[in-house]
Amino acid sequence: MSDVQEVLALDNLQAWYGESHVLQGVTFRVQAGEAVTLLGRNGAGRTTTLRAILGLTGRRSGSVRLFGRETVGLPTHRIARLGVGYCPEERGIFASLSCEENLRLPPRLSGDDAGLSLEEIYSLFPNLAERRHSPGMALSGGEQQMLALARILRTGARLLLLDEISEGLAPVIVDTLGEAIHALRERGYTIVLVEQNFHFAAGLCDRLLFMEHGHIIESLTPAQLDDQADRVARLLSV
Amino acid sequence: MDIFGVPITALLAQLMIGLVNGCFYAVLSLGLAVIFGMLHVINFTHGAMFVLGALFSWAGLYYFDINYWVMLALAPLIVGVFGIVLERLFLRRIYHLDYLYGLLLTLGLTLIIEGAVRSAFGVSGRPYGPPPISGITNLGFLMIPNYRLWVIIASLLVCAATWFVIERTRLGSYLRAATENPKLVEAFGINVPMMVSLTFGFGVALAAFAGALAAPVMQVSALTGQTMIVIVFAVVVIGGMGSILGTVVTGVCLGLVEALTKVYYPEASSMVMFLVMVLVLMVRPHGLFGGRE
Repeated sequence: MSDVQEVLALDNLQAWYGESHVLQGVTFRVQAGEAVTLLGRNGAGRTTTLRAILGLTGRRSGSVRLFGRETVGLPTHRIARLGVGYCPEERGIFASLSCEENLRLPPRLSGDDAGLSLEEIYSLFPNLAERRHSPGMALSGGEQQMLALARILRTGARLLLLDEISEGLAPVIVDTLGEAIHALRERGYTIVLVEQNFHFAAGLCDRLLFMEHGHIIESLTPAQLDDQADRVARLLSV
Repeated sequence: MDIFGVPITALLAQLMIGLVNGCFYAVLSLGLAVIFGMLHVINFTHGAMFVLGALFSWAGLYYFDINYWVMLALAPLIVGVFGIVLERLFLRRIYHLDYLYGLLLTLGLTLIIEGAVRSAFGVSGRPYGPPPISGITNLGFLMIPNYRLWVIIASLLVCAATWFVIERTRLGSYLRAATENPKLVEAFGINVPMMVSLTFGFGVALAAFAGALAAPVMQVSALTGQTMIVIVFAVVVIGGMGSILGTVVTGVCLGLVEALTKVYYPEASSMVMFLVMVLVLMVRPHGLFGGRE
């Protein structure tokens, strides 16, 4: 039972981009239904952690278990098929595909039909329904972000890796995304967020992990944030 | 009736030959463009694959008594599988390098394939005998051999089918997405390395299909590939990489331009394409249908 409950387990994960040793031993666990945020300065290794989980970095060593399966050594497409949805920092909307083609692109993962239907997705993000035939490159930044999040909900992935989804967006769109994350948590999704905006993150997650120089250096719950305000400010100061 | 001193029937007959050649150029350049879009490799072996398609078709008929229609399907299949093997063994190792390395590697492979063909069959090419479809159709203004009519129809159908698959199907959306951002497509659980292999196989199979179509009307030899690859490079440069429709239209049009030149100024017929290429590059460096990339 305990293995099944543990969706993601990183043990001493090391990852390289070419010669540069970016992750220097990252260890943390995420239980089913939990939401965890990675915080830290630019270059601390947060985005690389998400990419390394999917095998998108160069060489990696250590252990990454997904739903109880070791994935170091598996090719990226096999890792994704275990039930991971990835929303990259640059959003990755395909310019030559229409909004709906983008939405339909990620295949449904085998053995699991827990994904949302197109109707459910369009009711979560009504803007996308209006723009369904527009080419990807004609969408606004906010629409692109909603689309990047929406398209991994169709697949039945139960673990979502979301990189900087609030970055550079108008407050009203950030609110929409926040509501969507709440709705997803109610449906039992497991979520790992990378955020700059820790006020946004604190309202959405169970734990905040602080990273520096490719390590996790602190783990706090949102309730501890106020007590430790000075420390948090120091951890995140540029 | 004459047009600039050439009888209209003679002109139409030349245009028809030009259209047939244009169809070969279109199918060949289509394969080249599909491969470039996905692999970012300028596939120099394309001409050699055309030759292999034609030779397999011929060899199937003369050595194994396998008829034209079966070989028309079988030759591209064999060449496609051969392409997949080449991709897995060689091309896969150089994707992270500059385009030039792909060009050099495929040039080397071309020389090996051509050398093998030359030592097996000589340089003169083998006559195919009568085309598998005989007879002539009278279109009113022009008499056209039925086999050539079939070449035109088959080529255009293959081009249309390729366009449809890439622009209108789910598989095509994977291909287009992987052209933009292969890593992300892989992160969605799609086996991109396999898709790349299959794309290369499909691209060279198109070249072999053109070769098998050409076998009965063109005396294909080991050296035909070199002529073809240079023309096809010109087509792709003029049309602009990345547009399927543009590649096909350019291929057919260049066949026609070449034919017209043969009628009015035969001395220039083998260089007219390159003249067009220079002019297009001066005015539109990305090609007639190309994007900004």
